[in-house]
Amino acid sequence: MTVISYRQALHDALREELLRDEDVLLMGEEIGRFEGSYKITAGLLAEFGAKRVRDTPIAEEGFTGAAVGAAMLGLRPVVEIMTINFSLLAIDQIVNHAAKIYGMFGGQAKVPLVIRTPGGGGQQLGATHSQNIELYYAFVPGLKVVAPATPADAKALMLAAIRDDDPVLVLENLALYNTSGEVPEDLEPAEIGRAAVTRTGRDVTVVAYSRMAVVALDVAERLAAEGIDVEVVDLRSLRPLDRDTIVASVQKTNCAVVLEDDWLTYGIGAEIAATISDGAFDWLDAPVRRVAMAEVPMPYAKSLELAALPSAEDAAAAIRETVDAVARRR
Amino acid sequence: MPRTTTSRARPRSKPTAAAPSDTPSEAQELAFYRQMVLIRRFEERAARAYSEARIGGYCHLNLGEEATVTGLMSALRAEDYVFTNYREHGYALARGIAPERIMAELYGRADGVSKGWGGSMHLFDLAARFMGGYGIVGGQLPLATGAALAIDSRGGDEAVVCLMGDGTTNIGAFHESLNLAAIWKLPIVYVIVNNGLGMGTTVEEASAEPELHRRAAAYRMASARVDGNDPVAVRAAAAAALASARAGAPFLLEAVSGRLKGHSVVDPARYRSREEVEAARAADPIAGYAARLLEAGRLSEQQIEDAERDADRTVAAAVAFAEASPHPDPDTLFDYTYATPVPNDSRRRPGEPLFPTMPAVSTAPSTNGAAA
Ligand SMILES: Cc1ncc(C[n+]2csc(CCOP(=O)(O)OP(=O)(O)O)c2C)c(N)n1
Ligand SMILES: [Mg+2]
Repeated sequence: MTVISYRQALHDALREELLRDEDVLLMGEEIGRFEGSYKITAGLLAEFGAKRVRDTPIAEEGFTGAAVGAAMLGLRPVVEIMTINFSLLAIDQIVNHAAKIYGMFGGQAKVPLVIRTPGGGGQQLGATHSQNIELYYAFVPGLKVVAPATPADAKALMLAAIRDDDPVLVLENLALYNTSGEVPEDLEPAEIGRAAVTRTGRDVTVVAYSRMAVVALDVAERLAAEGIDVEVVDLRSLRPLDRDTIVASVQKTNCAVVLEDDWLTYGIGAEIAATISDGAFDWLDAPVRRVAMAEVPMPYAKSLELAALPSAEDAAAAIRETVDAVARRR
Repeated sequence: MPRTTTSRARPRSKPTAAAPSDTPSEAQELAFYRQMVLIRRFEERAARAYSEARIGGYCHLNLGEEATVTGLMSALRAEDYVFTNYREHGYALARGIAPERIMAELYGRADGVSKGWGGSMHLFDLAARFMGGYGIVGGQLPLATGAALAIDSRGGDEAVVCLMGDGTTNIGAFHESLNLAAIWKLPIVYVIVNNGLGMGTTVEEASAEPELHRRAAAYRMASARVDGNDPVAVRAAAAAALASARAGAPFLLEAVSGRLKGHSVVDPARYRSREEVEAARAADPIAGYAARLLEAGRLSEQQIEDAERDADRTVAAAVAFAEASPHPDPDTLFDYTYATPVPNDSRRRPGEPLFPTMPAVSTAPSTNGAAA
């Protein structure tokens, strides 16, 4: 076991796959000479050359679509979209083509494409640069969407995404790049579509993904000191969604809180709550609570941004209230 | 948007009608110089405030672009409209917006031009017809095109200036917008500020036609390239372009300009060679313009000193104003989601339940038995 950063884990996965399979290539803005806006691709241009680490102009729709086309001929492009906000310029190619080609042509062509892109805000980036819109992609059959929270998952899910024969969006997170954790040297690709129980507990299930899955573990430790025993389910994959793991946990704890960095209404948490309502109705002792971003275009000012973002305190309060509600019922 | 004229037909002025004389007066030259110095000092102060964590988010500066900013903005009429990208502090200053309100916006304070909601990338001021800095590359192009469409529909003699960087000419919106403007003959000047770089990617690497103004040919649009380090040349080129636009012939103007620092305040620009950095420094538009004027006897050392002192004072006052301005009240968080009040708008803070807490003692039968 070595301890590496989330950034390094992603870098290592890309490098290993470039070495392993010559059909793998990287494309994106500023990924070569500039070494990536967040330095995930540092050193890779020098090592693999400009055909396999391709700097693109600022043309998200064009180069993402080109990657879909290259994938149809069997290449395995890994496209970096600088942040998920800019994926909106490419959403037509992702939703109308990457997600459709396998089905629309009766299974004749596969699209082994990876789109890597970070979400996350909290750095006063303002309305257009602070969005968490993974839902737009998780909504679409034909796409897979994974959202690693730890360096080990970042690497294992990236390896899996590159080897997958379908288009996979890997949701990274700006706030996680500098976090670190243990990653085994001989790590195998993860199985896409599986959640993980990252902490077991009896009193309440907390469901989260990406950055919020890390927040969930912190809050769980804090609440343990208050005698609340939290179980944490890290979704890891938003589509497919591992409903069984969520439901099994709630059948044990009888209540749940969802932590998400996106907007509340119609957000990822809404799907989790619906899953619990369907699969654990007879076990539920409290309404499923969701802690999400305030439903506003994100303001720049720190005072307003802080008010809009879900915090660990907001999460702790919602968990306490949920456990109290259960106690009142029993 | 106030309706500025009621006549349906836009009078097509002659191409030369609005062009200011090519040789500026000594007073104008001094004003240009002072404006450039103010922008330089403002940006340097903004960089410092950023490094002191007074300014957050992304912060892109006009350092090296001062002559382009000054020349362009001086060619506009008060009633013209400006759209820019996120590298826009200087344009806002040159458009006459109070430095205090710009700095307050960078600080994210209530007295900022966008009330603290926009930040460095999103300055906006309707009174100055400064229609916004935009953070999505190319996002401003269709909007500016639409503003020109509004002018054309209503009739009027205003024009729109739409700024963008060199890298922005590779995004689809650039091509779609220029084509629309050309087929509809809209009163708009698209200005490419060519600083040679996107973030770290050069124009030659990113653009198959690196003479960017020539891209206008695809739309049979008139275009020109101008030395962006010369405010007088930029002013003349912009005036001619605006006259063309007002006469119904949209224009693509490329100003070859410089970038003295990184892409944004946090970028150390290690990808640039020493020679490149030195060449940019050697082409410093302010030093160059001052040297030219000094040599011609049209600027004195005293005037240079005065310009610097006055700029420092203005910037210091802007900072003092920004620091004294209140942080926006968190209770205003939901004030700007919709312009029209609407029932059932979600105005919840993170974690607030959808419905109030259940009654303390429940009369509902317990349902947890199934789990046991
Ligand atoms: C659609 C989109 N893609 C990528 C980015 C990230 N980005 C911000 S500025 C920039 C470079 C723009 O270069 P250029 O147009 O030359 O303007 P400059 O910054 O040089 O003034 C990039 C890639 C973005 N903001 N929007
Ligand atoms: Mg540029």
